[in-house]
Amino acid sequence: MLANLGYFSLVLTFVAALYGAGAAAYGAVRRRPALVESARHAMLLTWPLVTLASLSIIALLVGRHYEVKYVAAVTSNAMPTYLKVTALWGGQAGSLVFWSWLLSAFATAASLRRWERDREFLPWVIVVTMITLAFFISLVIFFENPFQRLWQTLDGRQVSALFQPSGTIPLFPTDGQGLNPLLRHPGMVIHPPMLYLGFVSFVIPYAFAIAALVTRRTDDRWIRITRRWTLVAWLFLSLGLILGGRWAYDVLGWGGYWGWDPVEIAAFMPWLTGTAFLHSVMIQEKRGMLKHWNMLLIILTYSLVIFGTFLTRSGVLSSVHAFAQSAIGPMFFGFIGLTFVVSVSLLMNRWGELRGENHLGSVFARESLFLLNNLLFMGILVVCFWGVLFPLISELFTGQKVTVGPPFYERATGPLWVGLLFLMGVAPLSAYGATSWRSLGRGLWKLLLLSLIVPAALYFSGVTLAGALIGYWLIGFVAIVTLVEFWRGALARHRRHAESLPLAFWRMAIRNRRRYGGYIIHLGVVLMAIGIIGIEMFQTETQGTLARGESLSLGRYTLTYESLAQFDTADGRNVARAVVQVSRDGRNLGDLYPRRDFYYASQQPMTIPGVRSSLQDDFYVLLVGWEPIAQEGATFKIYHNPAVNFVWMGGLIFIAATLLAAWPTREFDGLREAATARAVVARA
Amino acid sequence: MQRSLKVYLVLMAIAAPVLIASAAVQPPPPSDDEVNAIAHQLYCPVCENVPLDVCPTQACAQWRATIRDKLAQGWSEAQIKDYFVEQYGERVLATPPARGLNWLVYVLPPAAFLAGAFVLYRAFRSGGQNSEPLVPTAPDADGDPYVARLEEELRRRS
Repeated sequence: MLANLGYFSLVLTFVAALYGAGAAAYGAVRRRPALVESARHAMLLTWPLVTLASLSIIALLVGRHYEVKYVAAVTSNAMPTYLKVTALWGGQAGSLVFWSWLLSAFATAASLRRWERDREFLPWVIVVTMITLAFFISLVIFFENPFQRLWQTLDGRQVSALFQPSGTIPLFPTDGQGLNPLLRHPGMVIHPPMLYLGFVSFVIPYAFAIAALVTRRTDDRWIRITRRWTLVAWLFLSLGLILGGRWAYDVLGWGGYWGWDPVEIAAFMPWLTGTAFLHSVMIQEKRGMLKHWNMLLIILTYSLVIFGTFLTRSGVLSSVHAFAQSAIGPMFFGFIGLTFVVSVSLLMNRWGELRGENHLGSVFARESLFLLNNLLFMGILVVCFWGVLFPLISELFTGQKVTVGPPFYERATGPLWVGLLFLMGVAPLSAYGATSWRSLGRGLWKLLLLSLIVPAALYFSGVTLAGALIGYWLIGFVAIVTLVEFWRGALARHRRHAESLPLAFWRMAIRNRRRYGGYIIHLGVVLMAIGIIGIEMFQTETQGTLARGESLSLGRYTLTYESLAQFDTADGRNVARAVVQVSRDGRNLGDLYPRRDFYYASQQPMTIPGVRSSLQDDFYVLLVGWEPIAQEGATFKIYHNPAVNFVWMGGLIFIAATLLAAWPTREFDGLREAATARAVVARA
Repeated sequence: MQRSLKVYLVLMAIAAPVLIASAAVQPPPPSDDEVNAIAHQLYCPVCENVPLDVCPTQACAQWRATIRDKLAQGWSEAQIKDYFVEQYGERVLATPPARGLNWLVYVLPPAAFLAGAFVLYRAFRSGGQNSEPLVPTAPDADGDPYVARLEEELRRRS
């Protein structure tokens, strides 16, 4: 009953979305505002409909309706209610519905803005969002239906279908398989929605870009309207990536937070193009340049968002056979290919009208440095895209599967990251328009010299690794430049407006949130880079099998094995939990409890580390193995992760600063008031 | 009696280096760290994208045991890696060996980057002449171009 209701509302959504897209396009071309208005109403209908479908799924999940295939696959009696609710995005079918729900919500929010000035965008925004929505809903109703029921044929086979196939009887399992244990972690509960929020909000700037292309608006209006959308999309995507990293560190048990796994890369690629886009739109706003490039970037971001959704959930890119057998793989690729080709053709068609208002000046002007930044981001993107795709290509042409693992990505992107760090230091010192090497150099050399203090201090404290010294030098350089920018700005205001320094600082940052928010984001990146270099270059590890009371040492740390207990839990796990005592330089730091959980239902082990964190480093202990009977001997793997907590601290600052940059400013409101006042005057 | 002791001592003196040497031939069993150093560079075909040294599955534990056996038999790192490639194909390696089609994986990204750099270079060349500074050249009250730029940017926003 509930399943039928949910399914029916999705079918209605599909119809409404198709009608909305068609009516909006037809109404815009034939200039019939009434039809566009009708399309808008159809769009406004989609959100309540998908909400109804999502609520039906949640009700089925919480109500233990294991006769529904999806419910049986992702929940079990042992799971707490909150995990049952979040199982909505725990499997492929449910997460497609969740994605659609977000998209319909965002499309609705976008359509509720005031449209006085740019009403011609509206129909095309409806067309783009509704076609995207119709695609996702079609996947759900035709291929990955979360409402399918389980049935049993007379010869005992299990089948799934929405309506009862002839010759079957309904099946009522009393328990389900339950969510993949790896996903039963608070980090994993919030991580997918954050990622999806980021993915879906990028659809809105793309829709406006297409609307601008179709309506031949060549100014930067579409960018200004969607500026906040883009920042919010980027905020959630960043948050999703950081949370995913933290989850991997806490749960996956391999001593790190980023493994260059295709699923991680899938979420990372739209972030790369989105970051490039955030930088290059500033050039269009300030100088009316790079119009083609910005269009291309947002088209690319949209395609990568769809690609990322596909990859993160289905995982069918792991082999050609899995891809060919899955129903939705070819659908996704068809849709990505089609939208990409149509968007780029449209862009080509309007190419001449999008000519820049200015020409590129010197190589040292800020717009040129931003272009270099874009080139580096694109370089990293190509490495990622190619690395994810190559195993498939190899299998297709030679029949031989290959692994493209972390060493490839690290070596290929390393120099590009170094380049980006350097640009992060130089670009704030440059000016728009013609800047000579001399004028840039004048601001640069003192700070570059000053920042040499960082590697010098590190060298004398015993760090001799050249790569790390260069990395930390650049980090120091960026930090100094950014702080000096704050200082100079505040000082200038202090002198000019006779404000006290703290007040000047505050007003400056508040009045130009985007700029100074951006600089604080850079400082967050600086902190993260400290941690990344720390763990990438100075991580050490060792492993040993210990009898009770024996010790294993790594650097200044010593681990002593005290005891191990093995027991079953009520939620279907067998837990082996060790107690180890940790000391540094002979001083006792307390106990850690690394453990191995074995989930009976899914026959899956999970390694939870015991971690002792400090600002300086993490001591990270894994229980690798133990003697089941005697429980006397156990094998531990220990990692020393220097500076890793800077990654998380930097991440927090990064997110907070993005929030600051995206926060509505008063000038913005002022502008709106002015517009309303003008409208009032005009009417009078 | 004394003579036989002398002979014994002489024999011992000759034999000692041989005995010590033969003891050295029997190396200590390979440590976990030595095993992991090799396992870290290998991937089993089942657990996608999880390096062998941290993979918790039973199958991967057996692979690690194989590495330990081979090390104990005196095999080198390269020999052990070759052995796994022979048994399970090139996918066990963290990166594809650079031959045949695999060259593409290493060549394409730098080529694409250079192509992008070239396009950028052309853009700089073609647009270099006809541009003028954006910042107003009229001196500011303080005569500080930096302050002028800052104020200008504030004014130009929104």
